[in-house]
Amino acid sequence: MMKRLLAVWHARNLEFLRDRPTLLFTLLLPLGVVISMGFIYGGPPRPLFTVGVLGTDVARHANPFLHERYVQSVPIHDAAAGLYKITHQSIDLLLDLDGTARYWVNTDSPKGYIVEKLLIAADPGARRQPVTGQAVRYVEWLFPGILAMNMMFSCLFGVGYVVLRYRKSGFLKRLHATPLSAFEFLSAQVLSRLSLILFVTALLYVLIAAIIHFHSAGSIGLLLLLAVIGSLSMIALGLTVAARFGSEEVVGGLLNLLTWPMMLLSGVWFSIDSSPRWVQWVADIFPLTQLIDAARAVMLDGAGLQRITPNLIYLAVTTLVFLAFGAWSFRWRVD
Amino acid sequence: MPDSAAILEVHDLVKQYPTVTAVDGISFGVPEGTCFGLLGPNGAGKTTTIEIMEGILPPTAGEVRYRRESLGPRFREEAGILFQKTALQDFLTVRQSVALFRGLYERGLEVDEVLRLCALEKLASRDNRKLSGGQQQRLLLAIALVNDPKVLFLDEPTTGLDPQARRNFWELVASIKARRKTIILTTHYMEEAQLLCDEIAIMDGGRIIAQGAPQRLLSEHFAEVLLELPRHEFPEVARQLPLKLIDASDRVEISTHDLDGTLRALIDAHVPLRNLRIRPANLEDLFLELTGKELRA
Repeated sequence: MMKRLLAVWHARNLEFLRDRPTLLFTLLLPLGVVISMGFIYGGPPRPLFTVGVLGTDVARHANPFLHERYVQSVPIHDAAAGLYKITHQSIDLLLDLDGTARYWVNTDSPKGYIVEKLLIAADPGARRQPVTGQAVRYVEWLFPGILAMNMMFSCLFGVGYVVLRYRKSGFLKRLHATPLSAFEFLSAQVLSRLSLILFVTALLYVLIAAIIHFHSAGSIGLLLLLAVIGSLSMIALGLTVAARFGSEEVVGGLLNLLTWPMMLLSGVWFSIDSSPRWVQWVADIFPLTQLIDAARAVMLDGAGLQRITPNLIYLAVTTLVFLAFGAWSFRWRVD
Repeated sequence: MPDSAAILEVHDLVKQYPTVTAVDGISFGVPEGTCFGLLGPNGAGKTTTIEIMEGILPPTAGEVRYRRESLGPRFREEAGILFQKTALQDFLTVRQSVALFRGLYERGLEVDEVLRLCALEKLASRDNRKLSGGQQQRLLLAIALVNDPKVLFLDEPTTGLDPQARRNFWELVASIKARRKTIILTTHYMEEAQLLCDEIAIMDGGRIIAQGAPQRLLSEHFAEVLLELPRHEFPEVARQLPLKLIDASDRVEISTHDLDGTLRALIDAHVPLRNLRIRPANLEDLFLELTGKELRA
């Protein structure tokens, strides 16, 4: 028995070691995740209090209160956006440095209570503007990200692997022998996956919203539009990956290469607002980031069409770019 | 050169891969309503040739014309294809698989009619993954027939089937042939080619080494009968006899029109005759004669 076991063990090890892409991903993926997380969340200890500042950078740098230990200042360019953040406790204090110093503090926020004491100690003359409002629960903040992440996995793997399987099995070659064009085939795949993902996402939305007692602050119709365009963008990305290759290892590796950074950097689990600026720029490239940002804006902030239009345009443009590239590089058969 | 009345014409076809020339400048025509066989061993270039003719593989040089036009949308609509290996979409029944392909053509037969033609009515509700080899090939043939094609390509359709399933399939193809369809068949089963084909082209090393009606080719190359003896029972001294010998891997074949005289010569040379077989020549013998190689080597 041991001889047979060893023979199979040895053959399987050879197979694994000679499958270079899989071996490479097995080694590089955990390393990449650890290094990325170190970059994003490394550095000195994080401040305890976040103060939004309305006013010039000069005034901000000159204010001694904003140099207190454990206080981080964040420039805010729009008073309405600042008030929204303080109401939802995503900042602890909003300070206006234009003219006579005044500040807004959320009387429902424990951190607001403490940081206000620090401000008064540094500038007793600052005028107080109290607001109230509960913080967004983490589960509600998480909800749009989870839905979007599920859409991403379904779109990328659901389309990418299916097309690859069709190509490897020869089914695509058989379809190629019919009047079906590549455009028709790809469009059918897109529509099939889109209808499926919309149904699943709608079902998940209803179920999770019922469980966590969530009500969207914005329009459901707008969410649907966002889901359609976001799904299209990621389905098109999946088709681009699967358009040409005939190897599970290569396609699997590429899909992992896309999904892992998106999952970590697109703000599914936690905000990356305090990570380095370049990380935020990279994150903004991902369709998932655009989808999650817009979904959170609609679901949590009640944002309208105008506010999420840039996200929608970005997703629509990437859809067209990915589809065009996918159609151009599409192969019916394994070369 | 291809026949000017041909429905399909192949002109100076070449397919070059980095290390091998799979098809090396072949030309022929397929007359409408006939069954044309491409014969040859594995690696002869049959499948490459037929895939270029089907329009799914681009040639390095040369051209295939359908009804005097380059292969285009009309050809796609009017061609039916059964590949050597094809997987179908999972989780579909036989009927759903046929209906899927019926939906890809403007014109064609009703799904029920195709199922009946291929004796698949009783299997219509079965998952296509749960069919036997012969049933699977009948389903693939049904899919190839779904557009009521003018030209039907069958690439080694009975490879891997048991003898009974193979014979059933031949009957099916014969019934399609009776409907005046043009059939292009590749095979390495000589019996299949002899039974079904009106004309054959024998390929070896990417070239056509003989072409014509099977019976005409046989009568051109062989006398009336073949005597077959196991090689190990054929003494070296008998090779000096004035006989036309053909060496196969495990046997020696003697082509003759004087059976009595040949038998007497063998007896005189003390060749043991207890395992002697006497049979008419077939296409396999023709291939051996032309190339010195066996077809299924």
